[in-house]
Amino acid sequence: MVQDLLFTAPFTFLSVMAIIAMVLDALIVNSSRITFIFSAITLLFSGILGISTFGLHGIGFNGMVTGGGFAAYFDILFSIGGLLTILTSRQYLQRENIEHDEFYSLVLFAVAGMMLIAHSNHLLILFIGIEVMSVSFYILSGYMRNNAKSVESSLKYFLLGAFATGFLVYGIALIYGSTGSMDYNQIALNINNNALNFPALLPVGVALIVIGLSFKAAAFPFHQWAPDVYQGAPTIVTAFMSTAGKAAAFAAFIPIVTVLMPSAPVKLQMIFAVMSAATMLIGNISALAQTNIKRMLAFSSVAHAGYIMMGLVSGSQYGYSGIVFYLTAYMFMQIGSFIIVAILERNGEKYLELSDYAGLSKRHPVLAAFMTIFMFSLAGIPPFAGFFGKYFLFTAAIDAGFLWLTLVGVLSSIISVYFYIGLIVKMYFTEPEGQREDNEVGMSGLSLIITIAGVIVLGILPSGILSIASNLFNSTH
Amino acid sequence: MPQNIPLEYYLALSAIMFVIGAAGVVTRRNAIIIFMCIEMMLNAVNLTLVSFSSYLGDASGQMFVFFVMAVAAAEAAVGLAIVLSLFRSSQTVYVDEVNLMKW
Repeated sequence: MVQDLLFTAPFTFLSVMAIIAMVLDALIVNSSRITFIFSAITLLFSGILGISTFGLHGIGFNGMVTGGGFAAYFDILFSIGGLLTILTSRQYLQRENIEHDEFYSLVLFAVAGMMLIAHSNHLLILFIGIEVMSVSFYILSGYMRNNAKSVESSLKYFLLGAFATGFLVYGIALIYGSTGSMDYNQIALNINNNALNFPALLPVGVALIVIGLSFKAAAFPFHQWAPDVYQGAPTIVTAFMSTAGKAAAFAAFIPIVTVLMPSAPVKLQMIFAVMSAATMLIGNISALAQTNIKRMLAFSSVAHAGYIMMGLVSGSQYGYSGIVFYLTAYMFMQIGSFIIVAILERNGEKYLELSDYAGLSKRHPVLAAFMTIFMFSLAGIPPFAGFFGKYFLFTAAIDAGFLWLTLVGVLSSIISVYFYIGLIVKMYFTEPEGQREDNEVGMSGLSLIITIAGVIVLGILPSGILSIASNLFNSTH
Repeated sequence: MPQNIPLEYYLALSAIMFVIGAAGVVTRRNAIIIFMCIEMMLNAVNLTLVSFSSYLGDASGQMFVFFVMAVAAAEAAVGLAIVLSLFRSSQTVYVDEVNLMKW
Protein backbone atom coordinates (compact mmCIF):
# COMPACT_ATOMS: atom_id res chain seq x y z
CA MET A 1 0.00 0.00 0.00
CA VAL A 2 2.75 2.42 1.01
CA GLN A 3 4.68 1.35 -2.05
CA ASP A 4 1.61 1.99 -4.24
CA LEU A 5 1.16 5.48 -2.85
CA LEU A 6 4.83 6.19 -3.32
CA PHE A 7 4.65 5.27 -7.00
CA THR A 8 1.71 7.51 -7.57
CA ALA A 9 2.75 10.31 -5.21
CA PRO A 10 2.75 13.13 -7.82
CA PHE A 11 -0.80 12.62 -8.97
CA THR A 12 -2.37 11.55 -5.68
CA PHE A 13 -0.85 14.66 -4.11
CA LEU A 14 -2.04 16.82 -6.98
CA SER A 15 -5.57 15.40 -6.95
CA VAL A 16 -5.96 16.00 -3.22
CA MET A 17 -4.59 19.52 -3.56
CA ALA A 18 -6.90 20.27 -6.49
CA ILE A 19 -9.90 19.31 -4.35
CA ILE A 20 -8.59 21.49 -1.50
CA ALA A 21 -8.15 24.37 -3.95
CA MET A 22 -11.76 23.96 -5.01
CA VAL A 23 -12.91 24.01 -1.38
CA LEU A 24 -10.79 27.10 -0.72
CA ASP A 25 -12.64 28.86 -3.55
CA ALA A 26 -15.92 28.08 -1.89
CA LEU A 27 -14.94 28.99 1.65
CA ILE A 28 -12.93 32.18 1.24
CA VAL A 29 -14.30 35.37 -0.28
CA ASN A 30 -12.03 36.93 -2.92
CA SER A 31 -9.80 33.89 -2.77
CA SER A 32 -8.23 34.23 -6.22
CA ARG A 33 -4.89 35.43 -4.87
CA ILE A 34 -4.73 32.61 -2.33
CA THR A 35 -5.72 29.90 -4.82
CA PHE A 36 -3.24 31.31 -7.31
CA ILE A 37 -0.35 30.97 -4.87
CA PHE A 38 -1.66 27.65 -3.58
CA SER A 39 -1.90 26.15 -7.09
CA ALA A 40 1.53 27.38 -8.12
CA ILE A 41 3.12 25.85 -5.01
CA THR A 42 1.16 22.63 -5.51
CA LEU A 43 2.45 22.23 -9.05
CA LEU A 44 5.97 23.01 -7.91
CA PHE A 45 5.75 20.26 -5.30
CA SER A 46 4.20 17.71 -7.62
CA GLY A 47 7.09 18.38 -9.99
CA ILE A 48 9.53 17.80 -7.14
CA LEU A 49 7.67 14.59 -6.21
CA GLY A 50 8.01 13.56 -9.84
CA ILE A 51 11.76 14.08 -9.66
CA SER A 52 12.06 12.15 -6.40
CA THR A 53 10.03 9.18 -7.67
CA PHE A 54 11.96 9.15 -10.93
CA GLY A 55 14.29 6.34 -9.89
CA LEU A 56 11.50 3.94 -8.92
CA HIS A 57 10.30 1.29 -11.33
CA GLY A 58 7.34 -0.96 -11.08
CA ILE A 59 3.60 -1.26 -10.99
CA GLY A 60 1.19 -0.56 -8.17
CA PHE A 61 -2.48 -0.87 -7.20
CA ASN A 62 -2.86 -4.42 -8.54
CA GLY A 63 -1.02 -3.59 -11.72
CA MET A 64 -3.28 -0.71 -12.65
CA VAL A 65 -0.67 2.05 -12.55
CA THR A 66 3.02 2.28 -13.28
CA GLY A 67 5.38 4.40 -11.26
CA GLY A 68 8.69 6.09 -11.82
CA GLY A 69 10.63 6.34 -15.07
CA PHE A 70 8.33 7.12 -17.99
CA ALA A 71 5.38 8.15 -15.79
CA ALA A 72 7.53 10.30 -13.50
CA TYR A 73 9.13 12.04 -16.47
CA PHE A 74 5.72 13.02 -17.78
CA ASP A 75 4.63 14.05 -14.27
CA ILE A 76 7.49 16.54 -14.25
CA LEU A 77 6.69 17.72 -17.78
CA PHE A 78 2.99 18.27 -17.02
CA SER A 79 3.83 20.06 -13.76
CA ILE A 80 6.11 22.43 -15.65
CA GLY A 81 3.40 23.04 -18.25
CA GLY A 82 0.79 23.71 -15.58
CA LEU A 83 3.12 25.96 -13.63
CA LEU A 84 3.99 28.06 -16.69
CA THR A 85 0.28 28.37 -17.46
CA ILE A 86 -0.67 29.40 -13.94
CA LEU A 87 2.15 31.93 -13.61
CA THR A 88 1.01 33.65 -16.78
CA SER A 89 -2.70 33.27 -16.25
CA ARG A 90 -3.44 35.59 -13.31
CA GLN A 91 -2.48 38.75 -15.12
CA TYR A 92 -4.20 37.61 -18.31
CA LEU A 93 -7.41 36.70 -16.51
CA GLN A 94 -7.49 40.01 -14.64
CA ARG A 95 -7.02 41.91 -17.87
CA GLU A 96 -9.79 39.98 -19.58
CA ASN A 97 -11.94 40.43 -16.46
CA ILE A 98 -12.61 36.72 -16.08
CA GLU A 99 -10.67 35.92 -12.95
CA HIS A 100 -13.07 33.48 -11.36
CA ASP A 101 -11.37 31.37 -8.75
CA GLU A 102 -12.14 28.02 -10.35
CA PHE A 103 -9.59 28.56 -13.10
CA TYR A 104 -6.66 27.44 -10.98
CA SER A 105 -8.32 24.33 -9.60
CA LEU A 106 -9.43 23.38 -13.12
CA VAL A 107 -5.83 23.60 -14.31
CA LEU A 108 -4.82 21.38 -11.40
CA PHE A 109 -7.51 18.84 -12.29
CA ALA A 110 -6.42 18.84 -15.92
CA VAL A 111 -2.81 18.19 -14.88
CA ALA A 112 -3.97 15.39 -12.56
CA GLY A 113 -5.83 13.79 -15.48
CA MET A 114 -2.74 13.99 -17.69
CA MET A 115 -0.60 12.39 -15.00
CA LEU A 116 -3.13 9.59 -14.69
CA ILE A 117 -2.77 8.99 -18.44
CA ALA A 118 1.00 8.78 -18.15
CA HIS A 119 0.71 6.40 -15.18
CA SER A 120 -1.87 4.12 -16.77
CA ASN A 121 -1.15 0.44 -17.06
CA HIS A 122 -4.81 -0.49 -17.45
CA LEU A 123 -7.38 0.68 -20.00
CA LEU A 124 -9.70 1.89 -17.23
CA ILE A 125 -7.06 4.25 -15.83
CA LEU A 126 -6.35 5.49 -19.34
CA PHE A 127 -10.04 6.23 -19.89
CA ILE A 128 -10.47 8.05 -16.57
CA GLY A 129 -7.33 10.08 -17.13
CA ILE A 130 -8.39 11.16 -20.61
CA GLU A 131 -11.83 12.14 -19.39
CA VAL A 132 -10.62 14.10 -16.35
CA MET A 133 -8.30 16.02 -18.65
CA SER A 134 -10.87 16.55 -21.40
CA VAL A 135 -13.74 17.66 -19.17
CA SER A 136 -11.45 20.24 -17.56
CA PHE A 137 -10.44 21.42 -21.03
CA TYR A 138 -14.07 21.75 -22.18
CA ILE A 139 -14.70 24.13 -19.28
CA LEU A 140 -11.42 26.02 -19.63
CA SER A 141 -11.85 26.65 -23.36
CA GLY A 142 -15.23 28.26 -22.71
CA TYR A 143 -13.92 30.22 -19.79
CA MET A 144 -14.69 33.63 -21.32
CA ARG A 145 -18.36 32.83 -21.16
CA ASN A 146 -19.51 36.25 -22.36
CA ASN A 147 -17.36 35.97 -25.44
CA ALA A 148 -19.19 34.26 -28.30
CA LYS A 149 -15.99 32.89 -29.82
CA SER A 150 -14.88 31.27 -26.60
CA VAL A 151 -18.28 29.63 -26.10
CA GLU A 152 -18.24 28.46 -29.70
CA SER A 153 -14.83 26.89 -29.26
CA SER A 154 -15.98 25.20 -26.09
CA LEU A 155 -19.08 23.78 -27.79
CA LYS A 156 -17.11 22.47 -30.76
CA TYR A 157 -14.50 20.94 -28.51
CA PHE A 158 -17.11 19.37 -26.28
CA LEU A 159 -19.24 17.80 -29.02
CA LEU A 160 -16.31 16.46 -31.03
CA GLY A 161 -14.42 15.43 -27.90
CA ALA A 162 -17.36 13.47 -26.53
CA PHE A 163 -17.85 11.89 -29.98
CA ALA A 164 -14.19 10.80 -29.97
CA THR A 165 -14.62 9.46 -26.44
CA GLY A 166 -17.35 7.19 -27.79
CA PHE A 167 -14.90 5.71 -30.30
CA LEU A 168 -12.20 5.36 -27.67
CA VAL A 169 -14.49 3.49 -25.26
CA TYR A 170 -15.81 1.22 -28.00
CA GLY A 171 -12.23 0.41 -28.93
CA ILE A 172 -11.46 -0.39 -25.31
CA ALA A 173 -14.54 -2.63 -25.09
CA LEU A 174 -13.57 -4.58 -28.21
CA ILE A 175 -9.97 -5.01 -27.09
CA TYR A 176 -11.27 -6.20 -23.74
CA GLY A 177 -13.63 -8.68 -25.34
CA SER A 178 -10.99 -9.94 -27.71
CA THR A 179 -8.07 -10.30 -25.32
CA GLY A 180 -10.08 -10.91 -22.14
CA SER A 181 -8.20 -8.33 -20.12
CA MET A 182 -7.72 -4.60 -19.66
CA ASP A 183 -4.28 -4.84 -18.15
CA TYR A 184 -1.59 -3.78 -20.64
CA ASN A 185 0.83 -6.56 -19.69
CA GLN A 186 -1.89 -9.21 -19.85
CA ILE A 187 -3.12 -7.89 -23.21
CA ALA A 188 0.41 -8.01 -24.62
CA LEU A 189 0.84 -11.54 -23.27
CA ASN A 190 -2.43 -12.76 -24.77
CA ILE A 191 -1.67 -11.19 -28.14
CA ASN A 192 1.80 -12.71 -28.25
CA ASN A 193 0.49 -16.15 -27.24
CA ASN A 194 -2.35 -15.82 -29.72
CA ALA A 195 -4.82 -16.50 -26.90
CA LEU A 196 -7.62 -14.39 -28.35
CA ASN A 197 -11.35 -14.93 -28.00
CA PHE A 198 -12.44 -13.08 -31.11
CA PRO A 199 -9.39 -12.44 -33.30
CA ALA A 200 -11.51 -10.50 -35.81
CA LEU A 201 -12.51 -7.89 -33.24
CA LEU A 202 -8.98 -6.94 -32.20
CA PRO A 203 -8.04 -4.93 -35.32
CA VAL A 204 -11.37 -3.08 -35.10
CA GLY A 205 -10.71 -2.27 -31.46
CA VAL A 206 -7.19 -1.10 -32.25
CA ALA A 207 -8.47 1.12 -35.06
CA LEU A 208 -11.11 2.69 -32.82
CA ILE A 209 -8.68 3.37 -29.98
CA VAL A 210 -6.21 4.92 -32.45
CA ILE A 211 -9.03 7.17 -33.73
CA GLY A 212 -9.89 8.25 -30.19
CA LEU A 213 -6.29 9.05 -29.27
CA SER A 214 -5.51 10.76 -32.60
CA PHE A 215 -8.40 13.07 -31.91
CA LYS A 216 -6.85 14.08 -28.60
CA ALA A 217 -3.48 14.58 -30.32
CA ALA A 218 -5.14 16.55 -33.17
CA ALA A 219 -3.68 14.36 -35.92
CA PHE A 220 -5.10 14.14 -39.44
CA PRO A 221 -7.94 13.36 -40.25
CA PHE A 222 -9.19 14.21 -36.76
CA HIS A 223 -7.60 17.65 -36.52
CA GLN A 224 -10.45 19.86 -37.76
CA TRP A 225 -11.49 20.90 -34.27
CA ALA A 226 -8.03 22.17 -33.34
CA PRO A 227 -7.87 25.50 -35.22
CA ASP A 228 -11.33 26.63 -34.13
CA VAL A 229 -10.89 25.56 -30.53
CA TYR A 230 -7.39 26.97 -30.23
CA GLN A 231 -8.41 30.27 -31.78
CA GLY A 232 -11.51 30.79 -29.68
CA ALA A 233 -10.24 29.63 -26.30
CA PRO A 234 -8.51 32.11 -23.96
CA THR A 235 -4.90 32.40 -25.15
CA ILE A 236 -3.39 31.02 -22.01
CA VAL A 237 -5.71 28.01 -22.10
CA THR A 238 -4.72 27.42 -25.71
CA ALA A 239 -1.08 27.41 -24.65
CA PHE A 240 -1.86 24.77 -22.06
CA MET A 241 -4.12 22.60 -24.23
CA SER A 242 -1.92 22.60 -27.28
CA THR A 243 1.20 21.53 -25.39
CA ALA A 244 0.39 19.57 -22.26
CA GLY A 245 -2.76 18.12 -23.83
CA LYS A 246 -0.81 16.90 -26.83
CA ALA A 247 1.95 15.52 -24.61
CA ALA A 248 -0.70 13.60 -22.66
CA ALA A 249 -2.14 12.12 -25.85
CA PHE A 250 1.30 10.85 -26.85
CA ALA A 251 1.99 9.62 -23.32
CA ALA A 252 -1.09 7.44 -23.87
CA PHE A 253 -0.03 6.47 -27.38
CA ILE A 254 3.44 5.14 -26.54
CA PRO A 255 2.45 2.30 -24.14
CA ILE A 256 -0.66 1.45 -26.17
CA VAL A 257 1.32 1.17 -29.38
CA THR A 258 4.01 -0.87 -27.64
CA VAL A 259 1.33 -3.29 -26.49
CA LEU A 260 -0.75 -3.44 -29.64
CA MET A 261 1.93 -3.22 -32.34
CA PRO A 262 2.43 -7.03 -32.41
CA SER A 263 -1.25 -7.55 -33.21
CA ALA A 264 -0.91 -5.79 -36.56
CA PRO A 265 2.77 -5.05 -37.04
CA VAL A 266 3.08 -3.74 -40.57
CA LYS A 267 -0.35 -2.29 -41.04
CA LEU A 268 -0.39 -0.11 -37.92
CA GLN A 269 3.03 1.29 -38.77
CA MET A 270 1.88 2.15 -42.28
CA ILE A 271 -1.29 3.81 -40.98
CA PHE A 272 0.75 5.97 -38.62
CA ALA A 273 3.13 6.87 -41.44
CA VAL A 274 0.30 8.04 -43.70
CA MET A 275 -1.38 9.94 -40.88
CA SER A 276 1.90 11.56 -39.92
CA ALA A 277 2.69 12.68 -43.46
CA ALA A 278 -0.82 14.06 -44.03
CA THR A 279 -0.84 15.84 -40.64
CA MET A 280 2.48 17.56 -41.33
CA LEU A 281 1.52 18.72 -44.80
CA ILE A 282 -2.01 19.85 -43.97
CA GLY A 283 -0.95 21.65 -40.80
CA ASN A 284 1.86 23.57 -42.45
CA ILE A 285 0.08 24.36 -45.71
CA SER A 286 -3.03 25.63 -43.88
CA ALA A 287 -0.88 27.72 -41.56
CA LEU A 288 0.48 29.58 -44.62
CA ALA A 289 -2.92 31.09 -45.33
CA GLN A 290 -3.69 32.38 -41.83
CA THR A 291 -3.81 36.02 -40.78
CA ASN A 292 -4.66 35.45 -37.12
CA ILE A 293 -1.63 34.51 -35.02
CA LYS A 294 -3.51 32.13 -32.73
CA ARG A 295 -4.93 30.30 -35.71
CA MET A 296 -1.52 30.15 -37.34
CA LEU A 297 0.02 28.68 -34.19
CA ALA A 298 -2.94 26.26 -33.98
CA PHE A 299 -2.22 24.90 -37.44
CA SER A 300 1.46 24.75 -36.63
CA SER A 301 0.53 22.73 -33.55
CA VAL A 302 -1.33 20.29 -35.81
CA ALA A 303 1.81 20.01 -37.94
CA HIS A 304 3.91 19.29 -34.87
CA ALA A 305 1.62 16.40 -33.97
CA GLY A 306 2.60 15.00 -37.36
CA TYR A 307 6.31 15.29 -36.61
CA ILE A 308 5.84 13.61 -33.24
CA MET A 309 3.91 10.79 -34.85
CA MET A 310 7.02 9.85 -36.83
CA GLY A 311 8.39 8.48 -33.57
CA LEU A 312 5.39 6.15 -33.31
CA VAL A 313 6.01 5.01 -36.88
CA SER A 314 9.54 3.94 -36.00
CA GLY A 315 8.23 1.91 -33.07
CA SER A 316 11.74 1.73 -31.67
CA GLN A 317 13.28 2.84 -28.41
CA TYR A 318 15.10 5.57 -30.33
CA GLY A 319 11.88 6.83 -31.85
CA TYR A 320 10.06 6.88 -28.53
CA SER A 321 12.85 8.80 -26.84
CA GLY A 322 12.71 11.21 -29.79
CA ILE A 323 9.03 11.72 -29.01
CA VAL A 324 9.79 12.43 -25.35
CA PHE A 325 12.53 14.90 -26.30
CA TYR A 326 10.34 16.62 -28.87
CA LEU A 327 7.43 16.92 -26.44
CA THR A 328 9.72 18.56 -23.90
CA ALA A 329 11.12 20.99 -26.46
CA TYR A 330 7.68 21.65 -27.90
CA MET A 331 6.28 22.40 -24.44
CA PHE A 332 8.77 25.23 -23.98
CA MET A 333 8.66 26.76 -27.43
CA GLN A 334 4.90 26.63 -27.94
CA ILE A 335 3.96 27.86 -24.44
CA GLY A 336 6.59 30.58 -24.82
CA SER A 337 5.16 31.91 -28.07
CA PHE A 338 1.62 31.82 -26.68
CA ILE A 339 2.77 33.74 -23.59
CA ILE A 340 4.04 36.51 -25.85
CA VAL A 341 0.71 36.49 -27.73
CA ALA A 342 -1.08 36.72 -24.37
CA ILE A 343 1.09 39.64 -23.25
CA LEU A 344 0.41 41.64 -26.40
CA GLU A 345 -3.28 40.80 -26.62
CA ARG A 346 -5.79 43.41 -25.43
CA ASN A 347 -9.25 42.70 -24.08
CA GLY A 348 -11.89 42.26 -26.73
CA GLU A 349 -9.51 40.05 -28.69
CA LYS A 350 -7.55 42.94 -30.12
CA TYR A 351 -4.02 42.70 -31.52
CA LEU A 352 -4.26 39.07 -32.53
CA GLU A 353 -3.71 39.65 -36.25
CA LEU A 354 -0.28 39.07 -37.76
CA SER A 355 -0.29 42.68 -38.98
CA ASP A 356 -0.42 43.86 -35.36
CA TYR A 357 3.08 42.45 -34.94
CA ALA A 358 4.53 44.92 -37.42
CA GLY A 359 7.41 46.84 -35.91
CA LEU A 360 7.29 44.99 -32.60
CA SER A 361 11.09 45.13 -32.41
CA LYS A 362 10.95 48.90 -32.01
CA ARG A 363 8.40 48.92 -29.21
CA HIS A 364 9.45 45.75 -27.42
CA PRO A 365 12.94 44.67 -28.47
CA VAL A 366 13.13 41.93 -25.84
CA LEU A 367 9.75 40.39 -26.61
CA ALA A 368 10.53 40.50 -30.32
CA ALA A 369 13.88 38.77 -29.73
CA PHE A 370 12.21 36.07 -27.62
CA MET A 371 9.51 35.55 -30.23
CA THR A 372 12.23 35.23 -32.86
CA ILE A 373 13.94 32.50 -30.87
CA PHE A 374 10.65 30.62 -30.41
CA MET A 375 9.86 30.89 -34.11
CA PHE A 376 13.35 29.67 -35.08
CA SER A 377 12.92 26.79 -32.69
CA LEU A 378 9.46 25.89 -34.01
CA ALA A 379 10.79 26.04 -37.56
CA GLY A 380 13.60 23.69 -36.55
CA ILE A 381 16.55 25.99 -37.11
CA PRO A 382 19.70 25.19 -35.10
CA PRO A 383 20.91 25.72 -32.41
CA PHE A 384 17.50 25.73 -30.72
CA ALA A 385 15.57 22.86 -29.16
CA GLY A 386 13.22 22.28 -32.09
CA PHE A 387 16.07 21.41 -34.44
CA PHE A 388 17.34 18.48 -32.38
CA GLY A 389 13.79 17.27 -31.72
CA LYS A 390 13.18 17.07 -35.45
CA TYR A 391 16.59 15.58 -36.09
CA PHE A 392 16.00 12.68 -33.65
CA LEU A 393 12.54 11.95 -35.05
CA PHE A 394 13.68 12.12 -38.68
CA THR A 395 16.62 9.77 -38.09
CA ALA A 396 14.34 7.38 -36.18
CA ALA A 397 12.01 7.25 -39.18
CA ILE A 398 14.94 6.60 -41.55
CA ASP A 399 16.17 3.79 -39.31
CA ALA A 400 12.73 2.20 -39.49
CA GLY A 401 12.93 2.27 -43.29
CA PHE A 402 10.55 5.18 -43.86
CA LEU A 403 12.77 7.40 -45.97
CA TRP A 404 9.81 8.84 -47.88
CA LEU A 405 8.23 9.95 -44.60
CA THR A 406 11.40 11.81 -43.64
CA LEU A 407 11.42 13.50 -47.02
CA VAL A 408 7.82 14.63 -46.47
CA GLY A 409 8.88 15.85 -43.03
CA VAL A 410 11.76 17.88 -44.42
CA LEU A 411 9.55 19.28 -47.17
CA SER A 412 6.87 20.37 -44.72
CA SER A 413 9.51 21.90 -42.44
CA ILE A 414 10.67 23.98 -45.38
CA ILE A 415 7.08 25.09 -45.99
CA SER A 416 6.77 26.00 -42.32
CA VAL A 417 9.85 28.22 -42.44
CA TYR A 418 7.89 30.58 -44.70
CA PHE A 419 5.28 31.55 -42.11
CA TYR A 420 7.55 31.37 -39.06
CA ILE A 421 10.12 33.62 -40.68
CA GLY A 422 7.31 35.74 -42.11
CA LEU A 423 6.37 36.73 -38.57
CA ILE A 424 9.98 37.62 -37.77
CA VAL A 425 10.25 39.75 -40.91
CA LYS A 426 7.05 41.50 -39.87
CA MET A 427 8.42 42.22 -36.41
CA TYR A 428 11.78 43.55 -37.58
CA PHE A 429 11.45 44.98 -41.05
CA THR A 430 8.04 46.66 -41.20
CA GLU A 431 6.90 49.90 -39.66
CA PRO A 432 4.27 49.83 -36.92
CA GLU A 433 0.83 51.17 -37.77
CA GLY A 434 -0.30 53.90 -35.38
CA GLN A 435 0.28 54.29 -31.68
CA ARG A 436 -0.86 51.94 -29.00
CA GLU A 437 -0.27 51.16 -25.37
CA ASP A 438 1.05 47.77 -24.44
CA ASN A 439 0.39 45.68 -21.39
CA GLU A 440 2.85 45.18 -18.59
CA VAL A 441 4.93 42.02 -18.79
CA GLY A 442 4.84 41.40 -15.04
CA MET A 443 4.58 37.85 -13.77
CA SER A 444 4.50 36.42 -17.31
CA GLY A 445 8.14 37.48 -17.58
CA LEU A 446 9.09 34.71 -15.18
CA SER A 447 7.48 32.01 -17.31
CA LEU A 448 9.01 33.58 -20.42
CA ILE A 449 12.46 33.31 -18.90
CA ILE A 450 11.85 29.66 -17.98
CA THR A 451 10.66 28.82 -21.49
CA ILE A 452 13.48 30.66 -23.25
CA ALA A 453 16.01 28.95 -20.98
CA GLY A 454 14.42 25.61 -21.81
CA VAL A 455 14.57 26.23 -25.54
CA ILE A 456 18.20 27.33 -25.47
CA VAL A 457 19.48 24.70 -23.03
CA LEU A 458 17.76 21.86 -24.88
CA GLY A 459 19.20 23.23 -28.09
CA ILE A 460 22.77 23.52 -26.91
CA LEU A 461 22.93 20.42 -24.71
CA PRO A 462 20.39 17.99 -26.13
CA SER A 463 22.29 14.86 -25.11
CA GLY A 464 21.40 15.09 -21.41
CA ILE A 465 17.65 14.95 -21.89
CA LEU A 466 17.98 12.48 -24.76
CA SER A 467 19.92 9.99 -22.65
CA ILE A 468 17.39 10.35 -19.84
CA ALA A 469 14.60 9.86 -22.38
CA SER A 470 16.14 6.75 -23.92
CA ASN A 471 16.74 5.23 -20.49
CA LEU A 472 12.98 5.46 -19.91
CA PHE A 473 12.43 2.74 -22.49
CA ASN A 474 15.24 0.44 -21.44
CA SER A 475 13.70 -1.47 -18.57
CA THR A 476 9.98 -1.90 -18.07
CA HIS A 477 8.57 -0.07 -21.06
CA MET B 1 -26.96 -13.37 -19.76
CA PRO B 2 -29.79 -15.78 -20.65
CA GLN B 3 -28.33 -19.04 -21.91
CA ASN B 4 -30.40 -19.22 -25.08
CA ILE B 5 -29.26 -15.87 -26.51
CA PRO B 6 -25.76 -16.09 -28.02
CA LEU B 7 -23.16 -13.37 -27.46
CA GLU B 8 -23.18 -12.34 -31.11
CA TYR B 9 -26.72 -10.97 -30.78
CA TYR B 10 -25.66 -8.61 -28.03
CA LEU B 11 -22.63 -7.48 -29.98
CA ALA B 12 -24.66 -6.93 -33.13
CA LEU B 13 -27.30 -4.95 -31.25
CA SER B 14 -24.73 -2.71 -29.62
CA ALA B 15 -22.86 -2.22 -32.92
CA ILE B 16 -26.14 -1.15 -34.57
CA MET B 17 -26.89 1.22 -31.70
CA PHE B 18 -23.40 2.65 -31.94
CA VAL B 19 -23.73 3.27 -35.67
CA ILE B 20 -27.16 4.89 -35.24
CA GLY B 21 -25.68 7.16 -32.59
CA ALA B 22 -22.68 8.05 -34.75
CA ALA B 23 -24.92 8.73 -37.76
CA GLY B 24 -27.05 10.98 -35.57
CA VAL B 25 -24.02 12.99 -34.47
CA VAL B 26 -23.01 13.53 -38.08
CA THR B 27 -26.44 14.40 -39.48
CA ARG B 28 -28.34 16.25 -36.74
CA ARG B 29 -27.86 19.98 -36.19
CA ASN B 30 -29.37 20.55 -32.75
CA ALA B 31 -26.60 20.50 -30.12
CA ILE B 32 -28.78 18.77 -27.56
CA ILE B 33 -29.85 16.03 -29.97
CA ILE B 34 -26.20 15.54 -30.97
CA PHE B 35 -25.40 15.15 -27.32
CA MET B 36 -28.19 12.57 -26.90
CA CYS B 37 -26.73 10.64 -29.83
CA ILE B 38 -23.34 10.63 -28.11
CA GLU B 39 -24.98 9.26 -24.97
CA MET B 40 -26.51 6.53 -27.09
CA MET B 41 -23.07 5.62 -28.42
CA LEU B 42 -21.76 5.36 -24.88
CA ASN B 43 -24.70 3.16 -23.87
CA ALA B 44 -24.07 0.91 -26.84
CA VAL B 45 -20.52 0.50 -25.55
CA ASN B 46 -21.88 -0.28 -22.10
CA LEU B 47 -23.96 -3.10 -23.55
CA THR B 48 -20.87 -4.49 -25.29
CA LEU B 49 -18.87 -4.31 -22.10
CA VAL B 50 -21.52 -6.01 -19.99
CA SER B 51 -22.06 -8.81 -22.45
CA PHE B 52 -18.32 -9.46 -22.81
CA SER B 53 -17.99 -9.34 -19.05
CA SER B 54 -20.70 -11.94 -18.65
CA TYR B 55 -19.28 -14.08 -21.45
CA LEU B 56 -15.74 -14.01 -20.07
CA GLY B 57 -16.88 -14.42 -16.47
CA ASP B 58 -14.69 -11.43 -15.58
CA ALA B 59 -15.92 -8.49 -13.49
CA SER B 60 -13.70 -5.76 -14.88
CA GLY B 61 -16.02 -5.11 -17.82
CA GLN B 62 -18.95 -4.43 -15.51
CA MET B 63 -16.74 -2.25 -13.35
CA PHE B 64 -15.83 -0.25 -16.44
CA VAL B 65 -19.52 0.36 -17.14
CA PHE B 66 -19.91 2.21 -13.84
CA PHE B 67 -17.06 4.49 -14.76
CA VAL B 68 -18.50 5.12 -18.22
CA MET B 69 -21.82 6.07 -16.64
CA ALA B 70 -20.14 8.39 -14.14
CA VAL B 71 -18.12 10.05 -16.88
CA ALA B 72 -21.22 10.41 -19.06
CA ALA B 73 -22.98 12.15 -16.18
CA ALA B 74 -20.05 14.53 -15.72
CA GLU B 75 -19.97 15.23 -19.43
CA ALA B 76 -23.71 15.87 -19.43
CA ALA B 77 -23.36 18.44 -16.66
CA VAL B 78 -20.57 20.28 -18.46
CA GLY B 79 -22.14 19.88 -21.89
CA LEU B 80 -25.53 21.27 -20.94
CA ALA B 81 -23.83 24.20 -19.22
CA ILE B 82 -21.94 24.90 -22.44
CA VAL B 83 -25.14 24.72 -24.50
CA LEU B 84 -26.80 27.07 -22.01
CA SER B 85 -24.04 29.64 -22.29
CA LEU B 86 -24.16 29.26 -26.07
CA PHE B 87 -27.86 30.05 -25.99
CA ARG B 88 -27.20 33.09 -23.81
CA SER B 89 -24.51 34.45 -26.10
CA SER B 90 -26.08 33.73 -29.49
CA GLN B 91 -29.74 32.65 -28.94
CA THR B 92 -29.35 29.39 -30.80
CA VAL B 93 -28.66 25.72 -30.15
CA TYR B 94 -28.15 24.80 -33.81
CA VAL B 95 -24.54 23.99 -34.54
CA ASP B 96 -24.66 25.18 -38.16
CA GLU B 97 -25.46 28.68 -36.90
CA VAL B 98 -22.36 28.63 -34.70
CA ASN B 99 -19.76 29.66 -37.22
CA LEU B 100 -17.84 32.74 -36.15
CA MET B 101 -14.58 30.99 -36.94
CA LYS B 102 -14.02 29.52 -40.35
CA TRP B 103 -11.03 28.60 -42.40
